[in-house]
Amino acid sequence: MTRHLRFILIAFAVLSTAAAPEPIQRFPKPDFESGYERPIMQTPASRALTLEYLDVVVLIAALSLASYFVLKKRSRRYLFVLMLFSLIYFGFWRKGCVCSVGSVQNVVLAMFSNSYAIPLTVVAFFLLPLVFTLFFGRTFCAAVCPLGAAQDIFILKPKSLPGWLNETLSLIPYLYLGLSVLFAATGAGFLICRYDPFVGFFRFGASFDMILFGAFLLLLGTVVARPYCRFLCPYGVLLNWMSQLSRKHLSITPAECINCRLCEASCPFDAIKMPTAKSNEKKEQNTRRLALLLVLTPLVMALSGWAGSLLHVPLSRGHFTVALAEEIRLEDTGQRTERTDETDVFRATGKSTALLYEEARQIQRQFRTGGWLLGGFLGLIFCLKMIKLAIPSEQSLYEANRGTCLSCGRCLSYCPVGKEGVDVERIPQG
Amino acid sequence: MSLKTRRDFLKSGVNTAVALAMGGAAGFVVGKSGKGDLVWQLDPNICIQCENCATNCVLPESAVKCVHSYSMCGYCDLCSGYLEPGAKSRDTGAENQLCPTGAIKRTFIEDPYFEYEIDEKLCIGCGKCIKGCGAFGNGSLYLQVKHDRCVNCNECSIARSCPSNAFRRVPAETPYILRGEEADRYSAQI
Ligand code: SF4
Ligand code: SF4
Ligand code: SF4
Ligand code: SF4
Repeated sequence: MTRHLRFILIAFAVLSTAAAPEPIQRFPKPDFESGYERPIMQTPASRALTLEYLDVVVLIAALSLASYFVLKKRSRRYLFVLMLFSLIYFGFWRKGCVCSVGSVQNVVLAMFSNSYAIPLTVVAFFLLPLVFTLFFGRTFCAAVCPLGAAQDIFILKPKSLPGWLNETLSLIPYLYLGLSVLFAATGAGFLICRYDPFVGFFRFGASFDMILFGAFLLLLGTVVARPYCRFLCPYGVLLNWMSQLSRKHLSITPAECINCRLCEASCPFDAIKMPTAKSNEKKEQNTRRLALLLVLTPLVMALSGWAGSLLHVPLSRGHFTVALAEEIRLEDTGQRTERTDETDVFRATGKSTALLYEEARQIQRQFRTGGWLLGGFLGLIFCLKMIKLAIPSEQSLYEANRGTCLSCGRCLSYCPVGKEGVDVERIPQG
Repeated sequence: MSLKTRRDFLKSGVNTAVALAMGGAAGFVVGKSGKGDLVWQLDPNICIQCENCATNCVLPESAVKCVHSYSMCGYCDLCSGYLEPGAKSRDTGAENQLCPTGAIKRTFIEDPYFEYEIDEKLCIGCGKCIKGCGAFGNGSLYLQVKHDRCVNCNECSIARSCPSNAFRRVPAETPYILRGEEADRYSAQI
């Protein structure tokens, strides 16, 4: 009984502290006389490397097909089938975790960390869609990205958003990209993966909040087509840039646009540029506004950079070490009496607090530099947008906006040009 | 040159420049890359069995399970990983078991030894048994990410919430961090 009691007492003492007990051989290894053989521990291997390479092959094939379907076949139906395949393969089969959107962070981490050796397959998933987009437009978004595909099948009654709202919301991805890069570079974590709204569906499991967020986006997506793609996706920012420079890009009409306006409302993403009325504004006035904006740009950048740097303290709390240091400080200054698991573990290691604080300060310094860059970047993006608005566009035809067009192919069938049995001459123009 | 062709010319120039720049960036990144894949694993020597592993995996059934180093096990009758600290008797009664799901199978081998085997299908990775074994036994029970289950998230959601920072990325060819003879056998295998 006393033996039992002691066992209970020590048990409660030990079970209520948090420190990793080093394994101690308290009891000798038994010598069995009955010929008993110890079983062997099962250590199932992880996914074979060849299968990882197969994913890259599938990616290349899907990108090639998507580009072919958009530019040569000009067929929405083929694209749709390919999109379903991608949804099943990259989404449900690969469980959403071999992902170009998230790979941005791996690349950034590899650039800033000395210990992280980024797998080649991840580099491929980051680069290939960008390269394809540089040549053919965002065919990746059209039929390869599983996140895009998941939203695409929920587009039921797309409504057009007012221009100002579209422009404003489309600034969010820049912020999201900037923050994700900052977090990845400082080793604070991968925000894009953490807040991936659809990966939970692919795995049939996620936190309740994320499932709710995903469901909300899909529901919203019935009227505001592909909300994640247009107003959140950080990789979309890079794709947008590449697509603006693309060599070939989907063209709504197979030949010459005749301004029949038939395609005008066909794009659920508001990505069709429409002919603009000749502006009556004085050229002088425009030039003056432009000059003013150009002068203001560095000023805005400096200001927003400064604002970004001010945020380095709250932002850096996202880093494990900084959060730990803050907790330790709270405890050491008596502002909190409850210990946490984190602080218990830290104290058990016997590492000095001064060292921890120094590490945390260093990370905070990184966040301050990053905050400057992030703020400056956002300021620049904002100013560029304003400058673009100030330059009078001379649009005379219907044309896809190369940056925001997702190459989904929906508009193609609306164009009467070159269709059998359609006499272009008889369509009212303008 | 008309405005339009001049613009096109400029654009294709920039296009080429970007393509080249991307090639350069790719070279840089590939220079820092490794051929093989990386997967998540937890270091059992850092883990404090906080129970997050049971609940924080993205999978409905956690990819983290208890493993048993038979080579380290004392085959104790009074197993502190198997029995509740206040257990009335040393038998298989559910009220005496530490494991909330009854995932540990106790088999008599020979006097006075008992074998303990984890039924992986029942184990939820809560770490209760591990705490007990580590405190009074040989530490032959510990947690590991099982790689036939793990989907290898880009950011492991347990790793993010692990209070002891026990998770790290390890080469996919050696995806376990083992103890005892199992560790030696494992490294010899590779
Ligand atoms: S915008 Fe982003 S989420 Fe949408 S399809 Fe493109 S890469 Fe995927
Ligand atoms: S979250 Fe970390 S400390 Fe908690 S049980 Fe898992 S590995 Fe151990
Ligand atoms: S106590 Fe927890 S970790 Fe141990 S076998 Fe049972 S479920 Fe698994
Ligand atoms: S990587 Fe994902 S699946 Fe694997 S243990 Fe972590 S959360 Fe679970």
